[in-house]
Amino acid sequence: MIELLANRYAYLLLFVLLGIGMYMMIANENLVKKLIGVSLFQTAIFLFFIAMAYVEGGAAPIVPNEGSEVASPLPQVIVLTAIVVGIALTAVGLALIIRIYSEYGTLREDTLREVRADE
Amino acid sequence: MSSVDLLPALLIVAPIVAATLPIALGLRYDRTGWAVAAVTTTGLFAAAVALASEVYTAGQVIHRLGGYPRTYGIELVADQFSMLIVLLVTGVAAGVLAYTRRGGPRGNTFYSAYLLLVGGLLGISLTGDVFNLFVFLEITSLATYALVASGDGAESAVAALKYLILGTVAASMYLTGVAFVFMATGTLNMIELTSAIPAAERPILIRAGLGFMIVGFATKVAQWPVHTWQPNAYQQAPDGATPLIAALVSSASAYAFGRLIVTVFEVDYLAATANAAPIVLAIGCVSVLAGTTLAVIQTDVKRMLAYSSVSQFGLIVAAYGVVIAGSSETALIGAAIHLVGHGLLKAGLFLAVGLVAVSYGARTVDEYAGLATERPVVAGSMAVLLFALVGIPPSVGFVGKWYIALGAVESQLWPVAAVIVLSTMLTLAYAARLLEKMYFTHPPSIESIPSPEPVATDGGDATAPDGASPDAVSIGMVSIVVVAALAAVALGFAGGAIADLLAPFLTEVFN
Repeated sequence: MIELLANRYAYLLLFVLLGIGMYMMIANENLVKKLIGVSLFQTAIFLFFIAMAYVEGGAAPIVPNEGSEVASPLPQVIVLTAIVVGIALTAVGLALIIRIYSEYGTLREDTLREVRADE
Repeated sequence: MSSVDLLPALLIVAPIVAATLPIALGLRYDRTGWAVAAVTTTGLFAAAVALASEVYTAGQVIHRLGGYPRTYGIELVADQFSMLIVLLVTGVAAGVLAYTRRGGPRGNTFYSAYLLLVGGLLGISLTGDVFNLFVFLEITSLATYALVASGDGAESAVAALKYLILGTVAASMYLTGVAFVFMATGTLNMIELTSAIPAAERPILIRAGLGFMIVGFATKVAQWPVHTWQPNAYQQAPDGATPLIAALVSSASAYAFGRLIVTVFEVDYLAATANAAPIVLAIGCVSVLAGTTLAVIQTDVKRMLAYSSVSQFGLIVAAYGVVIAGSSETALIGAAIHLVGHGLLKAGLFLAVGLVAVSYGARTVDEYAGLATERPVVAGSMAVLLFALVGIPPSVGFVGKWYIALGAVESQLWPVAAVIVLSTMLTLAYAARLLEKMYFTHPPSIESIPSPEPVATDGGDATAPDGASPDAVSIGMVSIVVVAALAAVALGFAGGAIADLLAPFLTEVFN
C-alpha cells in the first residue's frame, strides 16, 4: 500500500482534485463557483493524461534523440486540444451566467429556483 | 488519392468553415445566413449521397488526415454504419433549414451555430479515432448550448447552463475512459484498438475505461437517471432549433456509443467481460420504462416528446445490450434502423409542434383540441408520425422495434422483449392522448379562434410564439412536415434494404 502511494501519488492527487471539482459542481450554490468546479474537474483529467505520459528519466520527444527513453508526446498534444475545448466551454458557461444574472439578478442557484418558481 | 477519398474530410471541414461566413458577411450585408447555410447544406447532402453510393457499392472509404499512418495519425472512416448517420444528419439538417426560412429563428448567429452543429455531428459520424470523437462531441455540444440558449426568455439560459454542466461532465467522463484505454493500449485509433484491447496486459484499466465511457454516453444520450438536462433543453430551445437538436445530437451520441461497442471494444470481448451486458441492458430497459412513464404525465407537448426521446434512446441502448449479451446481428440492425427512424420521426414531430405553436400558440396537450378540423394536413401528418413512434406497421418505428425485439427473442432475453412490448403500450398512452385531443375533442369556445386583428405592422413578420397567427405558416413549412411523415412510412418498407446495406459491416463485426 505504502509502495503504491509512493509510486502512484500523482494519480491519487489527481483523483482527489477530480473529486473536489465534482463536489464543487454539485454542492456549491453559486453558479460561478459551480463553473470553476467544472473547470477543476476537467483540469484534473488533463493532468491525468500528462502524468500518464511521464517516463522516469525520459528525455523530451525531439526527433534526433540519443537512443534514450522519451516521454510519449501524444498525450501532451491531446491535452493541448482538450484545453482549447475546455476554455471554449468555460467561456460559453460564463456567457450564460451573465445572461442569467442580468435576467434574474442572482448568481445563487437556490435563489434562482425560488425566483423561477414564483413566475 | 482519388476524389472520393477527400469527401469525408470535406464533409467535416466545409460546414465548419462555412460557419464563419454568416457572421463575417453579416458585418456588411443583412440576412446572408440562410443563403450560406442553404448552399452548404445542399452541397453536404449531395456529397453525403455521393459518398454513400461509393460506400455501399465499393466498401468503406478511409481518409488519412495529412497522410500519417493510423498508428499516430487521425483517420476518417466512412463505412456502412456511419453513412446511415451521415445521411440522416445531412437530410434532417436540410429539412430543418428549409423550415427555418419562414419559421425562424433567423439571424446570422443562428446559422453559424447551426453549421457548426452540422460539422460536429458529421465529425462524430465519420471519425475513426476515439480522442477525435471527444473533440467533435464537444464541438457539437458547444453549438447545442448556444442554440438552446438562443430561445427567448431567460429560462432558456438556465436550461442551457444545466445542459452545459451535465454535458461537460459527461464528455469529461468519456475522456477519462479514453485516458484509461490509452494507458492500457497506447493507441487511440479505433481499428488499432480492436486488436490492442484483447491483447492488453492490464484488462482492469480497459474495464475502468469502459465504465467511464458508459457513464459518459448514458448522460449524453439522456438515459434515466441522468436525463434531467434533456427535457428542459428541448423545451426551452427555439422551435426551429429543437427538431435539429432532438433528432440529431442524441442520435449521433447513441451512434458513437454503438460504434465503441461494435468496433472498439468488440462484441466478443464485451461478452467475455463480466457484467458489461447486464449493465448496458439495465440502463436501456430502465430508461425505456422511466421515459415513457414520465412522458405520459406531461402536459406540455414539447416536454412530452422530450421524455419520449429518453425512452426511445433507452430502446437503442437496450438493443446494444442485446448485441453484447447475445452477439445478435438482428439487434444491431434494429438499433441502426431505429436510430435513423427515430431521428426522422422526432424531427418531423418537433417541426409540427413548432408549426402549431407559430400558428395557434398552442403548447399544451389540451390546447391541441380540435386541431384536426382547423389544420387537417398538419394534424394528419402528426398522427402518422405519432403512430410511427408507437410502432404501428407499416412505419419505420415498427421496423426498428421489430428487429430489436426479434434480436432479444433470438438471444432468449425475454425481459427485454417484455419491456419493448410494455413500452409500446405506454407510448400509445401518450400518443393517443394527443390524437384524442386533435381529432375527438372540440375546441373549448371562442378562445381558441385566433383573433383576426391584422397586427402585421412589420411586414407580417409574426414569428414570436405569442404573436401567433395562421398567416405565419407557409406552404413550404407544412410540406416539410408532410414529407417527414411520408418518409417515415416509406422507410418502413425499406427495413430489409437497410439490413442488406449493413450486411458487409455486420459480417466484419460478427465474423
